[in-house]
Amino acid sequence: MQWYWSEQLPSDSTPSAEKQPAPLSRGSTLRRLVGIGVVILCVAGGFLYLGGWFSPQKLTPARFVDEFERVGGIHSGFRRNHAKGVCVRGFFDSNGQGARLSKAVVFQSGRVPVIGRFSLGGGDPNATDELSIVRGLGLQFSLRDGEQWRTAMINLPVFPFKDPQAFYDNLVASQRDPNTHQPDPAKGAAFLASHPETARALAIIKSHAPSSGFDNTAYYSLNAFRFVNADGASTYVRWTLAPVPPYEAGTRASQDKNLLFDGLIASIQQHPLQWHLVMTVAQPGDPTDNATIQWPEGREQVDVGTLTLDSVESEETSPARDINFDPLVLPAGMAPSNDPLLSARSAVYSQSFTRRTGETKEPSEITPSEVRK
Amino acid sequence: MSARTTTDRQQFTGSMRFLHWLMAAMVLAMLGIGIAMVASLGDYHSLVSIHRPLGILILILVVIRYVNRRLSSLPPFPATMSPQERFAASASEALLYTLLLVQPLVGWGMLSAARYPIVLFGSLHLFPILPHSVMLYAVLRRTHTFLAYLLFLAFVAHFGAILFHTLIVRDGMLSRMVPWRVRAG
Repeated sequence: MQWYWSEQLPSDSTPSAEKQPAPLSRGSTLRRLVGIGVVILCVAGGFLYLGGWFSPQKLTPARFVDEFERVGGIHSGFRRNHAKGVCVRGFFDSNGQGARLSKAVVFQSGRVPVIGRFSLGGGDPNATDELSIVRGLGLQFSLRDGEQWRTAMINLPVFPFKDPQAFYDNLVASQRDPNTHQPDPAKGAAFLASHPETARALAIIKSHAPSSGFDNTAYYSLNAFRFVNADGASTYVRWTLAPVPPYEAGTRASQDKNLLFDGLIASIQQHPLQWHLVMTVAQPGDPTDNATIQWPEGREQVDVGTLTLDSVESEETSPARDINFDPLVLPAGMAPSNDPLLSARSAVYSQSFTRRTGETKEPSEITPSEVRK
Repeated sequence: MSARTTTDRQQFTGSMRFLHWLMAAMVLAMLGIGIAMVASLGDYHSLVSIHRPLGILILILVVIRYVNRRLSSLPPFPATMSPQERFAASASEALLYTLLLVQPLVGWGMLSAARYPIVLFGSLHLFPILPHSVMLYAVLRRTHTFLAYLLFLAFVAHFGAILFHTLIVRDGMLSRMVPWRVRAG
C-alpha cells in the first residue's frame, strides 16, 4: 500500500481484467440493497437533523422571526423589529484613547464616516411615537480598506432578557389577545415570576425615565464585547453613547404621531448632534454573558471619541435602510464575548434581513418630505 | 467533463485521489455547517465564521482540481457499466464540479450584493463581486439554499451509486478512487 503522489503504476498492470466475483444470491442482493438504503437514509436523516427538521420545539432564527411577525404583523419590506425609523449620516472622531483597549482601526486617532438609523422598537413601521417605546440607534462605521464596524444599540442600560429563549418566551407571553387587543396580564406575571433577572432588569430600566428626544438619549451596547489590543491583550468592555445635550425628561405634550422623529429632524437641522463614545472596562469576575446585569459602579470609563450626526434622510432614499446592523460585523480587534444573545442577535437579524430584502418596499412613515419640512 | 480515458491505469492519479478525499471531507463539513447554522442561534456566529473561509477554500480547490483533472489521464470505466450508466456517471460528475464552483460564487456574490464585509479571518476580507442590490441579495440567498440541497442530493446519488457498485455489482469501482495504491488484476 502506497500513498499519494506515487504516479507510476506497476508495469504489470493490465486493463480491465477484473475477476468476476461469484454471483450474489437473491436474498443476499436484497439484504445488501436494504443495507445501502439504510445507510443513505441515515446520511440524509443526519443532515436534516442538523437543520432542526426533527426538533420542532428548537428555537431557530426562522421561528424567532415568525414570532415577531405574529406579534407585529408582516409589513412588506420593513424590519421585523424596530420597523419605524429614519436614517442619519455623520462621522466619528477618535481621540486615540481606545487604542490601548483595541487595535481596531476605528480607535486610532482620526475620523471615519458613519451612517446610521434611529428607530423605535416594535414591528409596526407606522406606529405612533411613545416616549416609553424602546429607542434604537444602529451605526455603521466605514473603516479603511472596506473593514466595517456595525453596532445596534438601544436606550436601555440593561437588557430585560438574559438569553434568546427568555426573549422569545416573553414575546409569546406578550402576544395580544385577538378579542381584547391586550396582552394577557396573567401570562406576563407568570413570565416575570419565572424570570427574576428580568424583574431586576426592569427595575433598573424604570429608574431611568426616558428623555424628551432621540438626541438627548444615551444608547447602550448592552452586550459585552472582547477587545484585543496591539499587544494581544484582551479586555471585556461595554460601550455607551453619552449625549452631549443634557438630559431632559420627556413629556407627551403634542399630538404629533411622529413626535420623536420630528423632534430629531428639527434638532439635526439646527445643529449637528453629538455623543461621546465611552467604553466601560470590566474587572475580572464581572459577568460578560448576561446583559441583564449592570457592572458595579466605579468601573474604568474611557472616552474614546465623539460621534457627530449632521444629516437626516428618509429610509426611502437612504442606503441605511438596506443595512443589517448586525452587532457581530466587527473589525479586527473587536470580538464577541460569551454572551449568548450576541450570536442569536446576529442570526435573527440576518433572518429578518433576508425576508425583508426580498419584499416590495412600502413607503416609510417618515417620508422624504417629512424630513425636509 | 472530458470522457478521455487511457487503458494503462486502473486508478485516478494520486493528486486526483488526494483532492477528491480532501474536498469530500470539506464539502460534507460545509453542508453540515450550512444547514446547522441557519437553524442555530447560539452557534450561528461561530459556524458562519467557519463557513465563509471554508467556502472560499473550496472555490480555490475546485479550480485547481478541474485543471489537474484536465491535465491527468483517467482510468477507464469498469467494463460492467453500460453506455447509459457511463453517461449518467459523467453527467453527475459534471453537475458536482459545477455546483462546487457555483455555490461558493453565489455565497460570495450574495454577501457582495448586500454589502456585508466578507471577512475571512482577522482583517482579511474579500472585495465585492456584484453591485449593491438587496433584491439581488434576496434572490441569491434563496439560490444558495436551493443549490445546497441540490448539492446534497447529488452527493447522495454519488454515494449511493458507489455503494451499489461496491456491494452489489462488485466491479472494484471504489478501488479507482481509494487513497491507497491498488494493484490491478
